[in-house]
Amino acid sequence: MKKLINDPVDVVAESVAGFGAAHADIVRVVADPLHVVRRDAPVAGKVALVSGGGSGHEPLHAGYVGHGMLDAAVPGAVFTSPTPDRILAAMQAVDAGAGVLLIVKNYTGDVLNFETAAELAAAQGIDVRTVVTDDDVAVTDSLYTAGRRGTGGTVLVERIAGAAAERGDDLDAVASIAAAVNADARSMGVALTPCTVPHSGEPSFALAEDEMEFGIGIHGEPGRETLPMEAADRIVDRLLDVILPDLPFASGDRVLLMTDGMGGTPLAELYIAHRRASERLAEEGIEVVRSLVGDHVTALEMQGCALTVLRLDDERIELWDAPVQTASLRWRR
Amino acid sequence: MDVDSNWATDWVRRSADAVAAHKADLAALDRAIGDGDHGENLDRGYRAALAALDGLGDDATPADALMLVATTLISNVGGAAGPLYGTAFLKASGAAQGLDELGPSDVVAILTAARDGIVLRGKAEPGDKTMVDAWTPAVEAASAAAAAGSDVRAVLEAAAGAAERGAVDTEPLVARKGRASYLGERSAGHRDPGAESTALLLRAAAEAAADAAERRGS
Repeated sequence: MKKLINDPVDVVAESVAGFGAAHADIVRVVADPLHVVRRDAPVAGKVALVSGGGSGHEPLHAGYVGHGMLDAAVPGAVFTSPTPDRILAAMQAVDAGAGVLLIVKNYTGDVLNFETAAELAAAQGIDVRTVVTDDDVAVTDSLYTAGRRGTGGTVLVERIAGAAAERGDDLDAVASIAAAVNADARSMGVALTPCTVPHSGEPSFALAEDEMEFGIGIHGEPGRETLPMEAADRIVDRLLDVILPDLPFASGDRVLLMTDGMGGTPLAELYIAHRRASERLAEEGIEVVRSLVGDHVTALEMQGCALTVLRLDDERIELWDAPVQTASLRWRR
Repeated sequence: MDVDSNWATDWVRRSADAVAAHKADLAALDRAIGDGDHGENLDRGYRAALAALDGLGDDATPADALMLVATTLISNVGGAAGPLYGTAFLKASGAAQGLDELGPSDVVAILTAARDGIVLRGKAEPGDKTMVDAWTPAVEAASAAAAAGSDVRAVLEAAAGAAERGAVDTEPLVARKGRASYLGERSAGHRDPGAESTALLLRAAAEAAADAAERRGS
């Protein structure tokens, strides 16, 4: 294992400290208990959005803290949910009295820790709503699993709900927009290589040179099956074959198409995938009106990609296009 | 003989030792069907609990020690194990409230409360291939031992043995909760790391009781 790190124990703290130094115009980093808040928090009268989860998925979530998106992000250890005391501290730091919306990816650890934090915050008089994202279509049998996982759609929920909060919507309205975006987003990913958690030093799973793991979550953890490696276009078609009928997306729909890297995929390859995904959606009569390509939800240095398709309407387009100023998404501001 | 707060603090120390000694084993089990962080996370939590023991006053009750473990694990472990074990010790502390000495039925009440807390928080059922599959047989074995008139040492010995067997028995199961559930059939053939760590913790509880009994010469 070769990594640009010091002591594995310090990976998250040192990385977040560097993030704070790089983006001091946007965020403030609190070292203990570790959380990242937007520089001008709490924003008077505004519903606050708080998200978080294990580290290793950068830029998720700290990269999305700022005007028009999150008010706070709570990074846990690598691939490990943050603890409730950190989440509570972040909620207290950003609550301006208009309430806090928690955006939680559907992973057992995240759900349990955020649930505990929400109970503690409610006991202190903070008005809390929670939206659990579960846009991943790879998991079919939700009855016998922990359910569909929160993946790329989480970024879209954070952006659109963040814009709604910035516009002045109240807590219930922001929560309802977040839940509706999650409900209309579908994602699926594929891993070409495993990744290595710094403190473990071992690859997280085994994958032969001629194999790919199809239907992964954001840690590369297995979803559907291990398949023989194929050409990019075929892989993209396989992903869309599952994504499109699931909502289902239909001819005439306007969508946002996100082609997400896993941390180790060259941008050029992501554009190859995005090209085929766009073609395929056009063939189906689905109009891609907004696109997002790059590393947005990653799994350390893993190679692979994930596609997210979100159904848009006029309001969502307006919210998507509204000013945003975060480390990783920034326009019109 | 009954046990007191010395048993509770000794349980914490022995748990910390056991988790540290088996950190790599737990990580290996978790890598097979999860994300490989269970050993590291639990070790971080128990090292913090060990450090926090120093702040426990001389007049601390077993409930105080259990509460200290609960809050320390909740704020240091993360993942799913933090809230699950944290809730377990929170409920266990509640069951021990007001008692300076714990008899066999008190120990059964503590274990039952811990198990119920885990079920409440994680919503797993027996057979889902989770730590519940170690806790449930442990509670049943402890209840049976207490009903048969065993002392605390034997009650905890029964619980530890049943938890160890329960952990082994998770091997053929297909996971239905937690990260491993995404593997479906591919989760069969691997022992659940949470059930394994439960067995380690309950073995530490039994050893602490055995040691207390020997020190008192009974």
